Amino acid sequence: MSEIQLWTLIFVGLSFSLYIYIAYRSRVSDTAGFYVAGGGIPAPANGAAIAADWMSAASFISMAGLIALAYNGYSGSAYLMGWTGGYVLLAMLLAPYLRKFGKYTIPDFVGDRYNETARLIAVICAIVVSFTYVIGQMAGVGVVFGRFLEVNTTIGVIIGMTIVFFYAVLGGMKGITWTQVAQYSVLIVAYLIPAVAVSTRLTGIPVPQVGFGQIMDELEGVQADLGFGSYTSALAGTDQLNMFLLTASLMFGTAGLPHVIIRFYTAASVRAARYSALWALFFIALLYTTAPTVAAFAKYNILTDLRGTPTEELPSWFSTWANVGLITGPDGGPLRDVNGDGTYNFTGAASDIANEVMINNDIVVLASPEIGGLPAPIVGLVAAGGLAAALSTASGLLLVISSSVANDVYHKRINPQADEKKQLLVARISMAVAIVIAGFFGVNPPGFAGEVVALAFGLGCASFFPTLVLGIFWKKCTAAGAAAGMAVGIGVTLFYMIWTIEIWGNNEGIFGIAATGFGAVGMVINLLVTIIVSQFTTKPTELVQELVEEIRYPGQTALVAAHAAGELKLDDDPDEGDKGPGRHRPH
Amino acid sequence: MDQQQRTEYWRRNLRLMAVLLVVWALVSFGAGIFFTEWLNQVSFIGVPLGFWFAQQGSIITFLILIAVYVWRMDKLDKEYGADDYEKGVRHS
Repeated sequence: MSEIQLWTLIFVGLSFSLYIYIAYRSRVSDTAGFYVAGGGIPAPANGAAIAADWMSAASFISMAGLIALAYNGYSGSAYLMGWTGGYVLLAMLLAPYLRKFGKYTIPDFVGDRYNETARLIAVICAIVVSFTYVIGQMAGVGVVFGRFLEVNTTIGVIIGMTIVFFYAVLGGMKGITWTQVAQYSVLIVAYLIPAVAVSTRLTGIPVPQVGFGQIMDELEGVQADLGFGSYTSALAGTDQLNMFLLTASLMFGTAGLPHVIIRFYTAASVRAARYSALWALFFIALLYTTAPTVAAFAKYNILTDLRGTPTEELPSWFSTWANVGLITGPDGGPLRDVNGDGTYNFTGAASDIANEVMINNDIVVLASPEIGGLPAPIVGLVAAGGLAAALSTASGLLLVISSSVANDVYHKRINPQADEKKQLLVARISMAVAIVIAGFFGVNPPGFAGEVVALAFGLGCASFFPTLVLGIFWKKCTAAGAAAGMAVGIGVTLFYMIWTIEIWGNNEGIFGIAATGFGAVGMVINLLVTIIVSQFTTKPTELVQELVEEIRYPGQTALVAAHAAGELKLDDDPDEGDKGPGRHRPH
Repeated sequence: MDQQQRTEYWRRNLRLMAVLLVVWALVSFGAGIFFTEWLNQVSFIGVPLGFWFAQQGSIITFLILIAVYVWRMDKLDKEYGADDYEKGVRHS
């Protein structure tokens, strides 16, 4: 066993024991605890949990590589702005109002505010979005285990599944929340330590965000010498329309993804929901302002390490990752010194010398400690951080799936008479089934994982965001309008993606709009359809309009309290059924 | 709160949101995308300014925007005498 493997084992073992201990301490026995952790999580802890929920394997492992290696440094900015800008929308347009509404899930809000058809569409969207996302996380877990412990990917996924199974099924949202707080701590420490160390080595400044500026001139110089375009130029490799649409899709998608929205239900109060958004973005910004610096440092180190180095004297990180097949020849085949000059030339399009190297985006963060010449314990720490990022997001998504099935399908539609114990059992069983399905797809991922993630964002953006915002800010928005808007928004977005995806439709697309950015267009279509249909359909009942009005104001009001306690009947037809108080379940 | 106070409270909430969202759009879509090349002519702590906005400045601005929002909303709530947060919401 190598030194790196030993340290990986130590850090992964320590962090996993911590998660299991926390989960055991916070096991739950009621549905409010399982779905929303009892709704009493203080804002800073809730913010850390949101941050861990949000920052997945993609943020931790892939993002810096995407910035450093795809086109040029600038084009990756869509992810930086998109995945943080959505929190401004969440904080102002959704979080306080949904918390005041006081339910468990997104379909719960949609079903109460609109009608049962809309609830069903929302359930389907929530499950599809969450599953597509969770499969990617499981695959990420497999990669980290495979590289650092050299176990089979399948065994890696099974280990990850077992851990998630333990704390999610036992503790529900409460277990997940406190585990996520621990996972955030692990992942941010694992991300910042190598970044600070590399920044200090390269520039003598321990703050990477400042050190960033110190190497920019040198990086631009090396890039130009090797025939790469300018690292900072906004016009290379991407056009402004697609940059704009991708950023917008990621922003509105962030504000429409159920596993993030559901986290505001766990806040202790409306005020705590607002502060949760602030804490969440603060914790996220620590990683997101560091990621572009990791990218720039890594790009500089990679270029200077490889430049003119004879093939037999290459640094050890190069051969390690070449052995795993993540550094290859330009065609994806084995490395070859094509022009026979004794080096593997890593060059850009404008160079006279042909490029001989392709580096996978995903290795930049995992390899940056090795590239920067840092000791083995730090490499092990980064592996534990990558696992924390993947597992925390996976557990949040699995909770959305299980609560959608157990609360919105089983309790609200199939068996409204079910008692607490039975509901909890159904929630735990659906969680277990979801974990097994996610694990299966994590071992056998569908071939087009990249497109599937884009689909998740497009769906969140084109379905939930307009429906939720109009539901809060427009009292006269009707159930038929919302249902039509959601269905058309998702339908058009799905169609466009399938139509343009290489393996099926392979069409050019309209105005050259990439499938990844089409969610923003789908959202505008949803908005228009909802507004137009709402003009011609039955207005919401007086009671619903009153309720929408009530959630806008602070303080306790009788109507909202009665609704949150499940004592209001919000049927479409006010004459039907009894209007007396429903079952009251105190907790 | 009576009806007039409610209307007033809601209007001030909307005005605050509108101002903050305009800044949000100007910094991200403006400085970060449409005017990046133009801003790149200036350098800020060693990085071209437009590029800095796209990779660092926009994120820092978003954080400040939410901070201003929670601070102003706290003030607004206090002005209208709302302080019973902790018992104001429940779940079912």
